[in-house]
This record gives sequence, C-alpha cells and structure tokens, in this order.
Amino acid sequence: MADMKKVATRDSYGNALKELGAEYENLVVLDADLAGATKTGTFKKAFPDRHFDCGIAEANMICMAAGMSTAGLVPFASSFAMFAAGRAFEQVRNSIGYPHLNVKIGATHGGISVGEDGASHQCCEDFALMRSIPGMTVICPADDVEAKAAVKAAYLMDGPVYLRFGRLAVPVFHSEDYKFEIGKGEVLKDGNDVAIIANGLLTYEAILAGEELEKQGIHARIINMATIKPLDEELVLRAARECGKVITCEEHSVIGGLGEAVCSLLAEKCPTLVRRIGVNDEFGHSGPAVDLLKQFGLSCENIVAVAKELCGK
Amino acid sequence: MTSSEKKQLQITACKVRMGIIESTHSAKAGHPGGSLSATEIFTYLYFKEMNIDPKNPKWEDRDRFVLSKGHTAPGLYATLAHRGYFPVEDLKTLRKIDSYLQGHPNMNMVPGVDMSTGSLGQGVSVAVGMALAAKKTGKSNRVYSLLGDGEIQEGQVWEACMAAAHYKLDNLCIVVDNNGLQIDGNIKDVMSPYPIVDKLDAFGFRTLAIDGHDFDAIEEAFNTAKATKGMPTAIVITSVKGKGVSFMENDAGWHGKAPNDAEYEQAMAELKAQLAELEA
Repeated sequence: MADMKKVATRDSYGNALKELGAEYENLVVLDADLAGATKTGTFKKAFPDRHFDCGIAEANMICMAAGMSTAGLVPFASSFAMFAAGRAFEQVRNSIGYPHLNVKIGATHGGISVGEDGASHQCCEDFALMRSIPGMTVICPADDVEAKAAVKAAYLMDGPVYLRFGRLAVPVFHSEDYKFEIGKGEVLKDGNDVAIIANGLLTYEAILAGEELEKQGIHARIINMATIKPLDEELVLRAARECGKVITCEEHSVIGGLGEAVCSLLAEKCPTLVRRIGVNDEFGHSGPAVDLLKQFGLSCENIVAVAKELCGK
Repeated sequence: MTSSEKKQLQITACKVRMGIIESTHSAKAGHPGGSLSATEIFTYLYFKEMNIDPKNPKWEDRDRFVLSKGHTAPGLYATLAHRGYFPVEDLKTLRKIDSYLQGHPNMNMVPGVDMSTGSLGQGVSVAVGMALAAKKTGKSNRVYSLLGDGEIQEGQVWEACMAAAHYKLDNLCIVVDNNGLQIDGNIKDVMSPYPIVDKLDAFGFRTLAIDGHDFDAIEEAFNTAKATKGMPTAIVITSVKGKGVSFMENDAGWHGKAPNDAEYEQAMAELKAQLAELEA
C-alpha cells in the first residue's frame, strides 16, 4: 500500500472547481485571502472573472455568497474550516441556512491534520456546528475521487452544503468509476463482528484496520460515511443489527460529529454498543500531521485496539 | 418631482406609518421607532425609486432591497402592503403564530422581501453580493440596503463597505438611518459610530447627508447615486426616531415596544389628523 497515490482533498476541491467551472458558467468562487491554501487558486487561474477574493473578512464573504446565490449564481465560499464554520457560524446560520440559499461552503484544513499551525487552526467542531443548522447538508469525503465527486454533487443539488476537506495528502483508494451519492454510505468491506463507520482521512485508516482485524480473526464491516447529514440511517441501522457493535471514526471532536449522529440514531431505533474514535473533547497542538494523528488515536492501530476491546479479544 | 407627486408620497408615508402602528399594536410587540424614522425612505424606494413589479415579486431583473436593519420589518411590511404585494389587512397578523409576517423579514414567506434579515450587519453584505452578481451577470438592476446607525457598530458592516468600494459597485446604494438612538440609549453614549459620513467617505463611498423626512432631498440623493459611476453611494439620513407620533419621537424607549390600547388610539388620531391635512 506504500506506493498508493496520495492527494490532499483540498487539491481535489480546487481541481473539481476548475473542471466544473468549465462546464457551468454560473459557478463562482469566493475566498478570504487563502486561495493558495484552499486551492481555489486553481479555479482562479482558469476563471479569474469568476473568483472573488473577499480579503480576510469571512463574515462578509459568507453573506456576499448568499446575496450572489439569490441572483442565480452558485457560489462556493472557501476558507479554513475554523473560519468558514467557526468564525462565520452565525452568518452561515442566518444568511444561508435560514433562507435555505443555494450556497456551497468549501472548508479546507479541517481537523488536527492541519499540523504545525496548532490548535487555533485545527477545527474539530465544524461537523457539530454545521449539522445543527436545519437543512444543511454536511459532507466530509475520504479521498481524491470522492472529494471531486462530492463537489460536483454539491453543485448539482439545490440548497446549502458544507464540504470539509483536508490539508494532508491521503491515499486515493476509490477507483475512478466510484459513484458518490449524497446521503449514501458505502460498504467497503463486509463482516458481522463489528461495524466501523468512518469518514474523511479516517476511512482509509479504517480500511487498514479491517485488514489487520481480519488477520486476527475479527470480521469487521467497514463503512465510509462521507455524508454526515443527512445520515444514511438505513445503512447504519443494518450494520448495527447485523454486527451488534459499532465504532465511529472521525477527525473531529467526539462531541457533535459523526459519532454522535450515529449514537443518536441507534439510541432511538436500535440500542447498540458504540465506541467513538475522535478528538476527545480537547484542543490539538502543533506537530507533524502524521504524528498528531497517531498521538490522538486517529489511526489504524487505535481502531484495531478499540475493535479488539469491543469484541472482547 | 411635482408638488402633487410629493403630496402623494407624503400621503402614502402617512398610511405606512398607520400600518406600522396597526401592526405593532396588534402584535403587542415589534419595532415602531426605527420603522417610523425610515418611513420616507421605504416609501420613496417602493413608490418612486425602484424598478419592481408587485405582481411578479421574483422578477429577475427587478431592483433589490435588503433591509439590513431587519427589526424594522413593520415599516417594510406596511410599505409592501400598500404597494400591493399583499393585503393591508394582513399587517394585523404581524408576529402572530403561523403568520407569514415574521418578527424579522423572511424572503421565502413574504412576497416582495428580497432577503431574510434580522441579525444586524449581515444584510449589507448580502446586498454587496447581489450588486456584484448583477455586475457579473450583465444585469442593470440596482441594489439598495437600509442600515441602522446602531447597526454600523457591527464590524461586518465595514467589511461589506470595504468590499463594495473594492469591487466598484456603483449599482449599490446604502442608506444609514441616523436617528441617533439605539436600544440602550443615544448612540453617542452607547458606542459612538461618529463621524459616520467621514467614515463612509474614507471607505470609498460617495457619501451624501440629507434630511431623511424630506422627499425632495431624498429624490436628489437617489438621483445622485444613480449618476455616480465607479463607486457605491451611501446616503446618511438625519431622522427622528418615532417620527409622526408625538410621544414616540426621539425616545429610545420606543425602539422595540408596541403601543398599548390608549397609546394606539392617540397615535392613530395623530396620524389621521396628519392624513386629513395632507388630503385637504
């Protein structure tokens, strides 16, 4: 697996915007002085007339995007997750969510894999914030193929979408013919001992964990759940019923994200033993992304350990 | 404008004021003060200035209005009702459960409302986005936004102003209602935004200062705005909070309070007398 191609999903975002921009003239992109980092610069190079830098003013950017959408444009407003979902939360809530406008928020640098910048820029609360807004679709793709497909699907659907991308290059495990659908999870490996439901860069770690667990006699079902909201309830409930034990994995606080979405569903419809792997209600800190992910237990090794504990092995 | 046109606008403004009193009294809540101070602006925009069609509220080439100071919805609703967007009678349902006339404007429920607002500072940014979109899509429509003088304490307003000038949005005209009062008192005492005109000038606006209750001055200012190229226009109106109702004038207490039955009777009597005088 070491020779697998790796791409950061923020690059996928920029590339997808450029591809879609060629096809759809009403697609416009807004950024807040981070076009180089969010990769919307890729779009800007191709379509300078449809890229609007708003300067370091995210609140205004989000509302400008709202205004542009009322005139029939489809804006992708971009910044780091910390600022798009965090700083501009209330703008997203009141000027995009409440009127249910057709704005897409492309948030890069989600999670602790931001790395060296440290806690101020490591947003582990964005799923929680965005999920809480009525009518908001929340997506965190796992790799390059899925990220590009998610950007296109977001463009094609009518309504607000929050897309979270990562800074770190991650393995591309989907084949090009992968069909992504908003609101649908993907079973990557069958098994009935435990269901491991992951998204973002944790999905690939879950795949590796599934292979390791198989060697140790634990048949794990691996599910990629890119859409956190609306959650693929049917797939989660089936996994819970057939496996009896569930582990969720996300590069996000254990509060308010995929883990809690799964727990809420299961608590009401199919009480099941769950372990949530995520950031345990603490801030991150500086360090190389790969080391941080290991330190915070966002790794194949920790998923294996949690699965073994849960399965009593 | 001719004197009869002006008289007609004054009559309409008086009816809008009655709508504000009717609706807030019926709701037992709402914001009459800042609705009354901006009544001439609402009236001029919807009855003279803007290119709109009440029969086709979503007409895509229409001029847009964003009520950034969304709490003055009673003023906007009364204006829209008198302009024919919905029945004047419905004003009495303001803030009632299941009414489409929400406490703050909802674009998906009220015909004629171009943006849902209420959280201060956001509407003006939305207007900037609308104006930029119009430019980019080759539309000739104009975009207007009304802000409170307390509202401009919000930092986002200045982010929006920076962007409006940066993108040379000469199709955008903002109006700042400088009635001098906000909930906690005089804006000078709470957190002074002065000098408002100089600040907007410095941010790259063509800035005009006028009497907000004088239709001649309002017309001249909006005409100047339309003739201004390469930069957005800001019209700072000096106005009287609670204008037209003697006991509400210049009293911050009427920012967000509805008249009780006795106050309602007095306010309506005063406005009816003003209307009779105009119609005489």
